[in-house]
Amino acid sequence: MKKQLLALVLLALPALASASGGDVDLKKANIDPQNKESLQRGARTFVNYCMGCHSAQYQRYNRLARDLGLSEDDVIENLMFTDSKIGDHMSIAMTSADAKNWFGAAPPDLTLVARVRGVDWLYTYLHSFYRDDSRPFGVNNRIFPNVGMPNVLWRLQGVQAPVYKTVTDEDGHEHKVLEGIELKEAGLQTPAEFDRTVRDLVNYLAYMGEPIKQQRMALGVKVLLFLLVFFVVAYLLKKEYWKDVH
Amino acid sequence: MGMLVSLRDWVDARFPLTKMWEEHLSKYYAPKNFNFWYFFGSLALLVLVIQIVTGIFLTMNYKPDANEAFASVEYIMRDVEWGWLIRYMHSTGASAFFIVVYMHMFRGMLYGSYKGPRELIWLFGMMIYLALMAEAFFGYLLPWGQMSYWGAQVIVSLFGAIPGIGDSLSLWIRGDYVISDVTLNRFFALHVIAVPLVLVALVVMHILALHEVGSNNPDGVEIKKNKDENGIPRDGIPFHPYYTVKDIVGVVVFLMFFAFVIFFIPEGGGYFLEPPNFEPANALKTPEHIAPVWYFTPYYAMLRAITFDIGPLSSKFLGVIVMGAAVVILFFLPWLDRSPVKSIRYRGPIFKTMLALFVISFFVLGWLGTQAPTDVKTLMAQVGTAVYFAFFLLMPFYTKLDPTKPVPERVTMGSH
Amino acid sequence: MSGDGVDTSKRRFLIAATTVVGGVGAVYTAVPFVASWLPSERAKAAGAPVEADISKLEAGQMIRVQWRGKPVWIVKRTEEMLQALPTLDDRLRDPMSKEPQQPPYCQNPVRSIKPEILVLVGICTHLGCSPSYVPEAMPQPYDANWKGGFHCPCHGSKFDLAGRVYKAVPAPINLLVPPHKYTSDTLILVGVDEDQGAA
Repeated sequence: MKKQLLALVLLALPALASASGGDVDLKKANIDPQNKESLQRGARTFVNYCMGCHSAQYQRYNRLARDLGLSEDDVIENLMFTDSKIGDHMSIAMTSADAKNWFGAAPPDLTLVARVRGVDWLYTYLHSFYRDDSRPFGVNNRIFPNVGMPNVLWRLQGVQAPVYKTVTDEDGHEHKVLEGIELKEAGLQTPAEFDRTVRDLVNYLAYMGEPIKQQRMALGVKVLLFLLVFFVVAYLLKKEYWKDVH
Repeated sequence: MGMLVSLRDWVDARFPLTKMWEEHLSKYYAPKNFNFWYFFGSLALLVLVIQIVTGIFLTMNYKPDANEAFASVEYIMRDVEWGWLIRYMHSTGASAFFIVVYMHMFRGMLYGSYKGPRELIWLFGMMIYLALMAEAFFGYLLPWGQMSYWGAQVIVSLFGAIPGIGDSLSLWIRGDYVISDVTLNRFFALHVIAVPLVLVALVVMHILALHEVGSNNPDGVEIKKNKDENGIPRDGIPFHPYYTVKDIVGVVVFLMFFAFVIFFIPEGGGYFLEPPNFEPANALKTPEHIAPVWYFTPYYAMLRAITFDIGPLSSKFLGVIVMGAAVVILFFLPWLDRSPVKSIRYRGPIFKTMLALFVISFFVLGWLGTQAPTDVKTLMAQVGTAVYFAFFLLMPFYTKLDPTKPVPERVTMGSH
Repeated sequence: MSGDGVDTSKRRFLIAATTVVGGVGAVYTAVPFVASWLPSERAKAAGAPVEADISKLEAGQMIRVQWRGKPVWIVKRTEEMLQALPTLDDRLRDPMSKEPQQPPYCQNPVRSIKPEILVLVGICTHLGCSPSYVPEAMPQPYDANWKGGFHCPCHGSKFDLAGRVYKAVPAPINLLVPPHKYTSDTLILVGVDEDQGAA
């Protein structure tokens, strides 16, 4: 009975945490959308590690080439592994029905994920996998408990292990609660390198969420400057006419 | 020049062009003491035009089909030349419309513009507000994101609270057992043609009624009571050129704010475009936290504030009634206000206090509507709802009790 | 309100200035709306260059491919057909292909890269019908002295086997030669110029 209760609480706790938006502080992603190299590295990570399962069904390869300062041939050689054409969307062959069988839930399309989740959440999420043998892929995630996704970046990051603490509830029962995670086995990258990899990837995801963003803001400055000029002229006109009104 | 004059005369013999120009612009005498608050009428008209033009261009690429709607919005955002700008203008325009209209309505409350002989202007205005809410609600389903879907689901379910016919009514509105392609298709028709037609007709009536009785002003003085030998109000100035040149300044300032949002914060901090709406509609999964768009949140908070049954009436039904009443009661404002003066400038402390409390309650309710409910927040919403209704229901009494100051014969001019 | 002491010239100047600035703003605002009618990225992707395999094309035959939704004809001309071309020059409007209806690399008497292979957009330059391929040099109802070419059934325009328009027909100019290049001896990529990327 006690064990079942404990299991129930353990199951419920992460659910509560996620319902309140996660009680873990999000790490700052600190991306630099102007940094084309960062975006290019992010794009490479995306096609190598994410596109096995996730599509970006609204993003076209040629748009990516144009916006990231790559030639179409670069993109065809380095970023396209399917027989897609350069003007095609970054879709994948896996059907969502297959995906549901393999992962329990279809891996969502990632074109807009940065607009849904925010960059800090993504950055933190990709850092928050830890070993949990009770899960199908042997990993769990601190800010997305019981997520269906394996830690695809584990070779780079290494293996993180959970740190539990024991809390006692009002009835005097003790529960094991996840307190933090720590790196147990080093990966191919140092933690600093891995941070950069994730930052670049998140930068790329943010780009993909709204490819026009940089041009939009640049145009905005011009529009506001124009309106300022318009304001001055219109104000002088108004002032001149209103001299009549006493 | 001679040709233009004869062309004008040719038209005038067949259509009242000059007559309309004079009636509504060059010889429409508006009080000369309009202040900041009087910009919002013409701004509302501007936003209406923006919404109609951008809306027409959006329909050229949007697909009202549950399988294609979400993707067609992303197609507009990415593939259509400048589609992103047109879409952001429209989504920002929706919020701008409500901001401008709320300011415009508040102006009416400040200066008693709804009081006789302008009751019909107020009623037409309130109908515009209702049509606008319907327009916004139907339009919000079209992007077919998670918030679109579940927002529509919740609002349509509200009709289910009506005893007896409720469930059949919800079913009829949806045309299906859940919000579906059928619902999307009919909401699209209503959003792009039916409601806009009604809106435009109401706006025309609103302006015709206004130009029949003449504009109110911050002093609440009837300028038509004091005319010169030519029959022109002494405190009136022709709308054109004086208010056209003034409104151009207002328009430019408004466009600065509008452009700032469009180009720098089109999501409006998650209030104008909500993050879950970047996820396609999923009938099997509700977003963790759903809230209506900000302009509906005061009413939504009132809906949730009713957590208790009264006699045989369920809290669900009462919540819907309270929410509906909160809108409907605005229609009665001209007859609830018994004050002998119009403008807040000549009213006493009771009205000023009540109006301040009303504004605070509206803002607090608006904030509460965006929040997940807790015991404390529900209590706050209940207090806010009580204050909101007290402002209207007690108005016949306190506006009579309230001491007023003498209203001057002529309007007073501030700096302009 | 009074009309005294009004500086009319100043008012006129300010009205002009506001009108100009406002007008510029209005024109710039119109640009996105007008431009939104241009082909979208999807249309451009669908209109990407197409490949045509001519390894099985025999002399005198024509194959059709679709590029940007339009028919593109690829004709392998016989020696006789090529020899007949110069004899028609005085019956044609633009025998030397002076109008820019072909890329510079096809501005030659046979209007092609390889003399025998003709690549044309199969849309009549009159009103957009697609002419028929009538290769046989034999009298036709519309031309007793037909040397082979294209005849438009809509309004009777005639073109020779280089897509050059005849005199006294409704079509004003020669048929369009699209940008194309040979990626190998038997593969043509339509929609790309010899020396550059996608058009």
